[in-house]
Amino acid sequence: MSVTGLEFAGQETAASEGALDAGAAKVEGRSQWQLTWRRLRQDKVAMAALVVIGIMILLALLAPAFASLTHHPPNVAFPNTGEDAAGNPVGPGTAGFWLGTDGTGRDLFVRILYGARISLFVGFVTTAIGAVAGVAVGLMAGYFGGVVDTVLARFTDAVLAFPYVVLALALAVVLGPSLTVIMGVIAFFSWAAIARIVRGQTLSIKEKEYIEAARSLGAGPFRIMIFDILPNLLAPVLVLATLYIPTAVVFEATLSYLGLGIQPPVASWGNIMSDAQNFYQTSWWYVVFPALALLITTLAFNLLGDGIRDAMDPRTERVFAAGRGRRKRRGKRQVLADGQSEVSHVAPYVPPAEGS
Amino acid sequence: MSEPRASTGTASTPAVAAGDDLVRVENLVKHFPVRTGGLIRRTVGQVQAVDDVSLSIPRGKTLGLVGETGSGKSTFARCVAGLIPVTSGKVIFDGRDITNLSRGAMRPVRREIQMIFQDPYSSLNPRRRVGAIIGDPFAIHNTATGAERKRQVQELMERVGLNPEHYNRFPAEFSGGQRQRIGVARALALKPKLIICDEPVSALDVSIQAQVLNLLADLQRDYGLSYLFIAHDLEVVRHVSDSVAVMYLGRIGESGPKDPVYNSPRHPYTAALLSAAPAADPETAAARQRIILTGDVPSPIDPPSGCRFHPRCPKAEAVCSQQEPPLEAKAGDVATHLAACHFPVQAGENLAAAGRSELT
Repeated sequence: MSVTGLEFAGQETAASEGALDAGAAKVEGRSQWQLTWRRLRQDKVAMAALVVIGIMILLALLAPAFASLTHHPPNVAFPNTGEDAAGNPVGPGTAGFWLGTDGTGRDLFVRILYGARISLFVGFVTTAIGAVAGVAVGLMAGYFGGVVDTVLARFTDAVLAFPYVVLALALAVVLGPSLTVIMGVIAFFSWAAIARIVRGQTLSIKEKEYIEAARSLGAGPFRIMIFDILPNLLAPVLVLATLYIPTAVVFEATLSYLGLGIQPPVASWGNIMSDAQNFYQTSWWYVVFPALALLITTLAFNLLGDGIRDAMDPRTERVFAAGRGRRKRRGKRQVLADGQSEVSHVAPYVPPAEGS
Repeated sequence: MSEPRASTGTASTPAVAAGDDLVRVENLVKHFPVRTGGLIRRTVGQVQAVDDVSLSIPRGKTLGLVGETGSGKSTFARCVAGLIPVTSGKVIFDGRDITNLSRGAMRPVRREIQMIFQDPYSSLNPRRRVGAIIGDPFAIHNTATGAERKRQVQELMERVGLNPEHYNRFPAEFSGGQRQRIGVARALALKPKLIICDEPVSALDVSIQAQVLNLLADLQRDYGLSYLFIAHDLEVVRHVSDSVAVMYLGRIGESGPKDPVYNSPRHPYTAALLSAAPAADPETAAARQRIILTGDVPSPIDPPSGCRFHPRCPKAEAVCSQQEPPLEAKAGDVATHLAACHFPVQAGENLAAAGRSELT
């Protein structure tokens, strides 16, 4: 290990190292996100899911346009054209109702689009609140440790152990059902799992030498958390958040279905399906289309989340040709990703309507 | 190493030039409590990581700190850098007591003391660009913003031999040696007086080690930096240091100017370390008598009584396990060459034979 003899040779190697650099300078620096995006673009399932989500968002945004196009505002009933002689809903394609009408003669298509606005809004906003709160709590618990950790981690465990449907029902009854209340309830139950995962990651990251380097530079705890730890957490949090959106959407539908969420006449997928219960026998479209909208949306978000997780994991082998490879990969991921078990405890509540 | 090296062993010794010491550490003690698990955390013992260590680093000079894994070198460094609170003792930096300062009070001192870390892979945040990593010191201390910060960062990159065009790259796109240069640039950013190098080259290839060591030497010459240089590679320490201290189980076994310590070690542990260092010349290697130490380093939770080295020492006698030897200059040595041993090694003494006789 004698270095003394290399004193002068070292300078030359330094020069050649520099020369090598110049050759490699053309390779552009790619960030983690660019690499992830490149890999994600090759995943056909994830890209299809992304397109479906894009269309869903577009339709939701354009709901008023469709309402004026069909001359069917969402909350206006059309007893003359929208109901048959017996007062039942009319089928798809009848009298300008693309997907038929509902029990009171309103345009089902327009109402589903308005329901999408609510569902996606609730999904995105509650997940965003949950992610921010979860990251904040997890970071503080993991970084500060000690009493802070004990208090925050136990609180997190308590929230995770809560029977959330029961609490949601109780709150909705006490406070009266409203959009704010259900969003609050959903957000309250979505941060805990994120916080737990962020805490675990923070515990491991804070032992890294670069954290000590930051401390030796004089960085304070919050600077370290935001600039040094957070960038390393964005990937798992993004995956978790993508998988949480459908959970929140289903949760909202569940509450609305039970009559404790969005109140009629405002349309939501949950309350449309609830109203449809009385018309199963005669009007299949009344329950099938809102259920399909819910199914397609949640499926797309779940597939996209899976795709993002695969794209972010450098260990994932990209096997596209053989379905066998894909199955193997997914099987392996179940074992690898312990995050999945955290998510799935908030198991999507399947409204009974969807099954029949 | 050109200029500082020439003056080695004369004026640049800790005790003599006491008035011009940048750092003076007095009787530093760092114990880590050992606690039981479970709800009620009882303290059942103390890891005596650093026990009563006094050292000083003169301005513009390098103090090499040698010792095997677990000897307390890195703990000592972190105490000096103020990263962990000390149990007792004093750290005096630039005439000012900086022992256990609060974070706010420590802030201005942080600009003066910087660290270079061992592992160039884990000491750079993989998710941040090089420009942001090197610019961090400026951001934390608000000394430069925007375009001015970028200019200074690129200047630093050039100074440590990196291509300033690589400002926007991630650490993963650099080799080990280049990454260590990034670490050096970050440490250099605030123009510190002291840089603590915690095994800065032990993770690098030998040829790259030389580059980084030469870079550190150039920077010392140009900016008058002082280094606390920690390593377990004796040849590296000899190459960079003006004075050397040998640590064993949290205590200083021997310290002094580089040449006397290397040429006529007084402590049997130093002698054993030196005899174990690989030599490039096969004839030298063959001619050398290796002193083979038996056993492992004892636990720092329950260190041996008296001289901490006595269970493994080929020269140990009864007194060694009873009395702790003082760290003092031995007969015939320069006043700054200190050793903590009851029976200091004499020139020409064959310790290897003594070691074997004890084994058999």
